[in-house]
Amino acid sequence: MIRMILVLMLMAAPVWAVQPDEVLDDPVLEERAREMSKDLRCLVCRNESIDESNAELARELRILVRERLVAGDTNEQAMNYIVDRYGEYVLLRPQTGGSNLVLWLAGPAMLFLALLTAVFYLRGRAKAPRTAEKKLSEDEQARLKEILDE
Amino acid sequence: MITELGHFALILAALTALVQGIVPLIGAHKRWPGWMAVAEPAAGMQFLLTMFSFLALTYAFVVSDFSVRLVTLNSHSAKPMIYKISGVWGNHEGSMLLWVLILTIFGATLAWFGGNLPPTLRARALSVQAWVAVAFFAFILFTSNPFLRISAPPFDGDDLNPLLQDVGLALHPPFLYLGYVGLSMAFSFAVAALIEGRVDAAWARWVRPWTLAAWIFLTIGIALGSWWAYYELGWGGFWFWDPVENASFMPWLLAAALLHSSVVVEKREALKSWTILLAILAFGFSLIGTFIVRSGVITSVHAFANDPERGVFILAILLVFMGGALMLFAARASAMEAKGVFSMVSRESVLVLNNILLAVACFVVFVGTIWPLVSEIFFTRKLSVGPPFFNMAFTPFMVLLGIVLPVGAMLPWKRANLARVAKPLLPAFVLALALAGLVWAMQTGRSLLGPVGLFLGAWLVFGAITDLTSRTGRGAFGQRFQRLRRLPRADWGKAVAHAGFGVTIFGIAGLTAWEMEDIRVAYKGEPYTVGAFEFTLQDVRAVQGPNYMSTMADVTVHRNGKFVALVHPEKRVYPVSSMPTTEAAIDYRFLRDVYVVVGDPQSDGGFTMRTYIKPLTNWIWFGCAMMSFGGFLSLSDRRFRVAAGARKAPSAGVPAE
Repeated sequence: MIRMILVLMLMAAPVWAVQPDEVLDDPVLEERAREMSKDLRCLVCRNESIDESNAELARELRILVRERLVAGDTNEQAMNYIVDRYGEYVLLRPQTGGSNLVLWLAGPAMLFLALLTAVFYLRGRAKAPRTAEKKLSEDEQARLKEILDE
Repeated sequence: MITELGHFALILAALTALVQGIVPLIGAHKRWPGWMAVAEPAAGMQFLLTMFSFLALTYAFVVSDFSVRLVTLNSHSAKPMIYKISGVWGNHEGSMLLWVLILTIFGATLAWFGGNLPPTLRARALSVQAWVAVAFFAFILFTSNPFLRISAPPFDGDDLNPLLQDVGLALHPPFLYLGYVGLSMAFSFAVAALIEGRVDAAWARWVRPWTLAAWIFLTIGIALGSWWAYYELGWGGFWFWDPVENASFMPWLLAAALLHSSVVVEKREALKSWTILLAILAFGFSLIGTFIVRSGVITSVHAFANDPERGVFILAILLVFMGGALMLFAARASAMEAKGVFSMVSRESVLVLNNILLAVACFVVFVGTIWPLVSEIFFTRKLSVGPPFFNMAFTPFMVLLGIVLPVGAMLPWKRANLARVAKPLLPAFVLALALAGLVWAMQTGRSLLGPVGLFLGAWLVFGAITDLTSRTGRGAFGQRFQRLRRLPRADWGKAVAHAGFGVTIFGIAGLTAWEMEDIRVAYKGEPYTVGAFEFTLQDVRAVQGPNYMSTMADVTVHRNGKFVALVHPEKRVYPVSSMPTTEAAIDYRFLRDVYVVVGDPQSDGGFTMRTYIKPLTNWIWFGCAMMSFGGFLSLSDRRFRVAAGARKAPSAGVPAE
């Protein structure tokens, strides 16, 4: 019960996200920081990016991102810096390496398979003998007449 | 007393469902008319009992009976009446009761209006439906009983989560459940047909209205939820790729695929086994959705009830029904040979492509949703899959679908000539391209997303119009207009729904590409500019609501010195649950929304303000409304009514084979 209340309180917290005092003076750097924040997870929230979240930890992460960018990091360097400290869990855009290949390739592979199957099926349909289209049975004819007459 | 009666009614309903699950099934197998006929009164009875049970619970909420545990946990005497009523399903137990109530409504509707079905098919479908009901009655009674009492009732309740105190809660879950549960009808029909060993055009015609209805409700439910999130959560997102959203989106995608494939079964007697499989899977994804929402295995913002025991129960239901249905499918599917013959370029082939795109898109969403779980269990990698993944992996399928759709919608059955179809579509294509080009030229240095989305949207809308007008043949304008009016409603429905898809894409592209955001500390009386608009914080005052305290701001919006609107963003605190919420102020307009949120006061007397200009936002939901309206048009088409009214009880005992 207490756990549920805690959960509800977490999800009910108003979404404040980026505060005015965090915003960088350099609009280009700020834009990059915003882009990066959208790919970073707020670790204490339930499925929110740090860009959307108002949790204290999200705020710290946003400030950290900006510090790294101001220090001259590229987006990639700053991202690696954060992943080194908080783990892969922080990334909302999962990495492409290792077992995650399955995740990224699942869609394209499935599409390829489906298209292949479909082509075989359709070729079969195109060649199927026309006699397969049977005439209606007597029962069905009677029923059809019934429907049409109404 | 009434609460206990509700509890008993629920138990009785469960027992009725048990009888309905067994007797008609045996009756259909042995061709005993009397046993088959049990299904009808049983389905009606089940519905009435469940309805009584649901009303009993509603009564407990309305009179604020705090001796009922569920009411204490989720209600408060000062809560406005509408939220007392919608609060019935604003919690796990009550929402399950609503779920099963809707299930029994569908069963009863089939019993009362399914008179034209072959008796064995109807008996079997109703009995499968009853088995689903038995599973969920058991789930409610054994793990989530809403009627439990507490020995020492408190003076007042804990109140409903303030985020849920909104008309959104009154509408969003019922529609969503009508959709989820409506797919159980397609499932029951599919399993009944597998038992029967017969799938034909008539079967497809019986199933299609149910699927269509379920899809319409799902569309409305998802759109309502998205709109609710948009105005309630305070930063104006409309879709978050949250696991629970995905849970409702996957059945939607499959239902859309099922709608289209059952057309092929109905008109051409092909794709039979695939359609059956889709019907099974669509409901399977509904169950998976229920599992995701109720078990808490996947982290989501929709924290409903994270109870492992319930999760295991639903997983068992899922495994039994999917396992059973798929095994039956494996055993019987080969018996369903296709009849229709068609070439590679034909309406049939394009509908196959539609099914591939929708089903693979659903698969992508599914993999993305469960990947964190799979990865943690099998690869010990704890990771997240968020919106950036879904946007990248899912969007291409919708783009492809949008490109192909207008051409596919106009291809004739059996054998088609692409060039002949492409010719009338050329103006639509050029017009859409020109529009996108114009926009691309006007915007400088922004992403391609806007123009591409705009092209797709316009292409779909113009394509739908071309589809309609091309069916009126040649002749004077007046004649063609007459013919247009006389087109079957199904044709109109198709065009409206396809155009709605375009409008939604249009809105999404517009919002994502051209949104403007501004975050600042605003001071009273000092105007600031965002885009073409000028905002002034006039005043901030305290307002007392029925069960909350509010800090309300008055913000005026001007454009080129002309007054546009006075909006009131709020920050509310609900003292009972001590939760703060933000109420964004939105000035809805045809071409754009102005979205203002007020935040914390600053030490220097200013207030944090977030201001957004959101272009074309309403088009997203307007498009969804068009899609569901198109569905309704199609549902009201004459051929469904004819089929429904035909064959008034010709000696009920004769089996239809």
